[in-house]
Amino acid sequence: MADQTIVCRCEDVTREDILAAINAGCRTLDEIKRVTRAGMGPCQGRTCRNLIAQELAKIYGISVEDVLMPTFRAPVEPVKVGVLAQAYQEEEGENK
Amino acid sequence: MKDIEVLIIGGGPAGLCAASAAASMGAKVLICERNQDLGGQLMIQTGKFFGNKHAGMRGFQIGAELLQEIAAYPQIEVWTGATVLGIYEDGVVTCLYQGEHQKIKPAKIIIATGASENFLSFPGNDLPGVYAAGAAETLVHAGVKPAERVLMVGAGNIGLTVSYQLKQSGVDVAAVIEVMPQIGGYLVHASKLQRCGIPIKTSMTIAEAYGNGKVEGAKIVKLDENRQVIPGSEEDIVCDAICLSVGLSPLAELCWLAGCKMACIRELGGCVPLVDQTMETTVSGVYAAGDVSGLEEATTAMLEGRLAGISAAAALGYKVDQAAEMQEACRRELKTLRSGPMSEKIRHGLEKMAAKRGAVVC
Ligand SMILES: Cc1cc2nc3c(=O)[nH]c(=O)nc-3n(C[C@H](O)[C@H](O)[C@H](O)COP(=O)(O)OP(=O)(O)OC[C@H]3O[C@@H](n4cnc5c(N)ncnc54)[C@H](O)[C@@H]3O)c2cc1C
Repeated sequence: MADQTIVCRCEDVTREDILAAINAGCRTLDEIKRVTRAGMGPCQGRTCRNLIAQELAKIYGISVEDVLMPTFRAPVEPVKVGVLAQAYQEEEGENK
Repeated sequence: MKDIEVLIIGGGPAGLCAASAAASMGAKVLICERNQDLGGQLMIQTGKFFGNKHAGMRGFQIGAELLQEIAAYPQIEVWTGATVLGIYEDGVVTCLYQGEHQKIKPAKIIIATGASENFLSFPGNDLPGVYAAGAAETLVHAGVKPAERVLMVGAGNIGLTVSYQLKQSGVDVAAVIEVMPQIGGYLVHASKLQRCGIPIKTSMTIAEAYGNGKVEGAKIVKLDENRQVIPGSEEDIVCDAICLSVGLSPLAELCWLAGCKMACIRELGGCVPLVDQTMETTVSGVYAAGDVSGLEEATTAMLEGRLAGISAAAALGYKVDQAAEMQEACRRELKTLRSGPMSEKIRHGLEKMAAKRGAVVC
């Protein structure tokens, strides 16, 4: 039976999607993220990262401690583009 | 660009103690806290504390004391509603404050961002009414009754104490279930619940949450010694909320961004920055303290924060002659707090960290 349990709440990714990605050859959190978008939403993986790491650990028979962590990038929380644009404009002004 | 001597990210117990320690030595400090109020997790805790200095006090009372200390130092600047967004290679820190993207250039950074609550995967986990235990506690603290009747998943200290707080606020607690064969938290917390008639069911887990548009109940199942579901053991729990207290993970994104060497250590709750005896990470001038460098308790978070604050101020040249002794005093107190049988896991985790770092960790 298809497992429609939500793993990544931000991007509505189900456990079935995650397992399918692993079956298709994804071996890391970053690969799963790129294929399914799990971890790319507003919370940036705080909710689903551990759950997906547990699935990987189970399937590859390794400890959760050995699952490779994804790459982290700023900003760690969502920011409106307008706020960034304003900061950029001000900086341009300063540099002139 | 704002220049500051010591930037503290996170105004929980660790961050506040770091701030007052650094300021007491003479350093100029800026605290960035994403919430509107300082105090972190402490402010929502109504239970009495163990430990030494604050034994018998309630969490929010300790928080109030820390806030008074902070207010006494004019050289501590506080930004609340200020979320730190990134730490860059050139040492610049970006922060969203008062609707603007601010840049800060600190000489030293103390990361004290705490932890975030873990989630669980089960059918129905996206129904409204599924909460993290801390979220339910926050609602109670804000004067909002989160539900009429809850099922608590997880019998560690947080699950037990939040269940008690919910009960005190007039929420019915249907049961506390625990996947392990024994209760994880302290027995004093467990007996308080049992005296209120709340059952704590071990070797049980949640199979699913159900309901039409919101939680109306849950199915729970019994597990055998191999953690396999025992057929026919299903029980139905009628409830309008499910609280998850299945552990926390260090909120360490900013440590990753700063380039700190990290290690995933199960006993410390997940991926943590490797810190040395002064709470400095592998990146010079970047310190980490509190839950972010290993999940523990508010008592130890305060001491780690203090230790980090002293270290950062001394590295800037303040009270260098007294620093070593002050640091040693913090380490001694930490050692005492971690000497009990309940701290075995932490001790093991810190040993692992020391092995990975190749140096002694306090
Ligand atoms: C529900 C619950 C109940 C608990 N009960 C007890 C108890 O009874 N006794 C006990 O000893 N311990 C208890 N603990 C543990 C204790 O609260 C923590 O160990 C302690 O609060 C850790 O302190 P901290 O300063 O490291 O983190 P926190 O208290 O979590 O503070 C971190 C602060 O950093 C801020 N922050 C995070 N990211 C950013 C960012 N990017 N920018 C700016 N600010 C940021 C957060 O808003 C927060 O205010 C409990 C924990 C929980 C979750």
